[in-house]
Amino acid sequence: MMLDKIIVSVAGLAAIVFTYWFFLAKKTKEIAVFDSVDIIVEGGYSPSVISIQKGKTTKLNFIRKDSNSCLEEVVLGDFNIRKYLPLNQKITIEVTPQKSGEFKYSCGMNMFHGKIIVK
Amino acid sequence: MAETKKTFPIKGMHCASCVTLLEDSLGNIDGVVKATVNLATEKATVTYDPTKVTDRVLQGAVSNVGYEALIGGKEKHEIDEREEKQKELHDLKIKVVISLFLGGLILWGSFPGLMNTSPKILQNFFVQLLLSTPVQFWAGWGFYRATLLALKHRTANMDTLVAIGTTVAYGYSAFVALLPGAIESIGIEAAPYFDVAAIIIGLILLGRYFEAKAKAGTSEAIKKLIGLQAKTARVIKGGKEIDIPITEVIIGDIIRVRPGEKIPVDGIIVEGESSIDESMVTGESIPVDKAKGAAVIGATINKTGAFLFEAAKVGQETMLAQIIKLVEEAQGSKAPIQRLADLVSSYFVPAVVMLAIATFVAWYVFGPPPAVTFALLNMIAVLIIACPCAMGLATPTAIMVGTGKGAQRGILIKDAKSLETAHKINTIIFDKTGTLTRGQPEVTDIVPVSSIGGDELLILAASIEKGSEHSLAEAIVKAAKTKNLTLSKSEKFQAIPGHGVQGIINGKKIMFGNRRLMDKENISIGSASNEMSAMESEGKTVMMLAVEGKLSGLVAVADVIKESAREGLLALQRMGIKVVMITGDNQKTATAIGNKLGIKRILAEVLPDQKEAEVRKIQAEGNIVAMVGDGINDAPALAAADVALAMGSGTDVAIEAADITLINKDLTSVASAIMLSKETMRTIKQNLFWAFGYNIILIPVAMGVLYPFFGILLNPIFASAAMATSSISVVLNSLLLKRKKMRF
Repeated sequence: MMLDKIIVSVAGLAAIVFTYWFFLAKKTKEIAVFDSVDIIVEGGYSPSVISIQKGKTTKLNFIRKDSNSCLEEVVLGDFNIRKYLPLNQKITIEVTPQKSGEFKYSCGMNMFHGKIIVK
Repeated sequence: MAETKKTFPIKGMHCASCVTLLEDSLGNIDGVVKATVNLATEKATVTYDPTKVTDRVLQGAVSNVGYEALIGGKEKHEIDEREEKQKELHDLKIKVVISLFLGGLILWGSFPGLMNTSPKILQNFFVQLLLSTPVQFWAGWGFYRATLLALKHRTANMDTLVAIGTTVAYGYSAFVALLPGAIESIGIEAAPYFDVAAIIIGLILLGRYFEAKAKAGTSEAIKKLIGLQAKTARVIKGGKEIDIPITEVIIGDIIRVRPGEKIPVDGIIVEGESSIDESMVTGESIPVDKAKGAAVIGATINKTGAFLFEAAKVGQETMLAQIIKLVEEAQGSKAPIQRLADLVSSYFVPAVVMLAIATFVAWYVFGPPPAVTFALLNMIAVLIIACPCAMGLATPTAIMVGTGKGAQRGILIKDAKSLETAHKINTIIFDKTGTLTRGQPEVTDIVPVSSIGGDELLILAASIEKGSEHSLAEAIVKAAKTKNLTLSKSEKFQAIPGHGVQGIINGKKIMFGNRRLMDKENISIGSASNEMSAMESEGKTVMMLAVEGKLSGLVAVADVIKESAREGLLALQRMGIKVVMITGDNQKTATAIGNKLGIKRILAEVLPDQKEAEVRKIQAEGNIVAMVGDGINDAPALAAADVALAMGSGTDVAIEAADITLINKDLTSVASAIMLSKETMRTIKQNLFWAFGYNIILIPVAMGVLYPFFGILLNPIFASAAMATSSISVVLNSLLLKRKKMRF
């Protein structure tokens, strides 16, 4: 095999490993929320993983700063909530979880994800 | 004083002193009990007497101290949303036109076979670079922006794929244009691919434009429901009629409605009568005649007469507001079928990036010459053809159209899960009273069997039943009232569930109920049994009255079968669904009704607390069971069923326990609801099949798996066209649901 092909193969393999590590092996920090939290919607959700208390009403204030239409809706399927998020406006969603567990939320197209951990 | 609490956003707050200022200003209004302002949420919460304070007064107090109260914010919010969407679409349109025009020029100047017809200037690499740069960095800026923001969170989406794919094409082409010698020195022909980058951006933006337009159609139903709301109400205050916004209407207001006008809120007619078109809320096409004492629903249209009504439910409590809330919740819910798509889409984009890298390496190492060109173009094709959006849109768009269509026909679906389960139903259990029948029975026969006469029998029956809430009791009391009989006072009233009632009248112990009550109390029925059987075989419910432990007479009551029952049940049977009737009535009455409706399986004499067990028994036979009921008695049975359908406006308990609420009281709606579920599920399955099939088949084709056998490769431009049409086709397929007729 010629040198250039070896270099391309090794670089390609390294790029695949890097892609896997970068996107799929990340660890997200969990933020404990008591009453309310501001979730910035910009290229994803920040914070994306929050923990809230069971039986307690928690306010999730979504503020979309990203004009990407992919993020214009937020869907909390387990809470039967789909909300339009106008650009640069605070939209408050109240949730009162009745059971513990992990509940995912996403954008309307299911491209960006976040997680609510109920304890 | 009835207090109202309102929370509304305040614009312009920036410091803690604003809080004090606003709280003082709101708190000083006459009628405001408490006002608190939160700086963090920028909201005020005011508790006040609605007879003294209106939204306008609150807005005035806030603006007096230099801020803005966003009351009635929903409307403002919707206008903002609409304007924002329109602007977005307009901008997108301009970008599409410019990128496709510039991309078309580049394509003309560079595409083999076509370039010979183009002006020389378009074949110049520098001109192509010049033309493609605004497309790449102005029209395509959105892809870069989204990619960079997503990378910050270590996530990737569709934009990431487009950004990488087009950047590779543009970057390579720019290198070729600027340093053609460097490319030629390694034995590759200096050929840029500016057309690929520009046309891909143009086509994908075009796809987004159409997708955004089509997607707006999926949430149309909810907008239509919101649009039904009346804007103002003509309220009578101090003898004068004044038009006020409906947000200011309070419970107890007397409102005038003239012919052709919309009824503003829910209430009860206090004067006049009219024919009312309720089709927009209940789906019932024939106008309903209503007179004094009848309930009217906000947003319905008064057809003929003028009337006055008293507001009973306002704001978020009205039926329309409740319907909108239910539909919104259903549209936000997730169907279990979506789980796989959810799982796949969370790994999809990184997986495609990895496949694209692998494609490049494979073509570079094993591909024919020119290896770099093949490797580059195939890698770009893989990045561009992948369409995660179609998977993301497959289920929710169909759920949105399905639930919206249901709501317009008076079928309210609680969530996507209910809609999904409903298509599997093979057995439906109907509660008889109030569901298959009107639930307003009338006294048909009074048969004395002792010295006590007919009228006296009715007086005793009505006097004892006066305290009962049973639907038959109402019929007996009504019959006595119609005959102008004076009722006696009853003492020690006691209801014996599933049996009847007992009490003391004029010192005598009276028992009134069914055969089971008489058996329990060891009261002999004797020769009255024959007459009872005769009446029961006609479908009448016969109750016995015993005075001091001796049978005195029979009172027969009959309920009328709903007009839509026969047609509704026939439709279900035609769909291959087994129909079961459940009732607390005796076997004879139940059989008589069942025979009239063609029901073969009848569960009679089932006590309220046994209904749930009967549902479970039928489920244990391997059936997917739906229960249709309307009352409190049905709540446990409704909860036990796989799908619970509540008929009519019903009681709050039944609706709470129901998965599907049929507000039009029409029994053919049960078949329509199941048909809607079947159609929606079919659409979802088609969408998922398409979305998965598209990616599973076309990604390997783009990678070049067909090349060794057939010499087929996918041009990245075709890949972008396929990608753009893929997500639109899913949305359009969901929109087709609107046109489907609910035939049965």
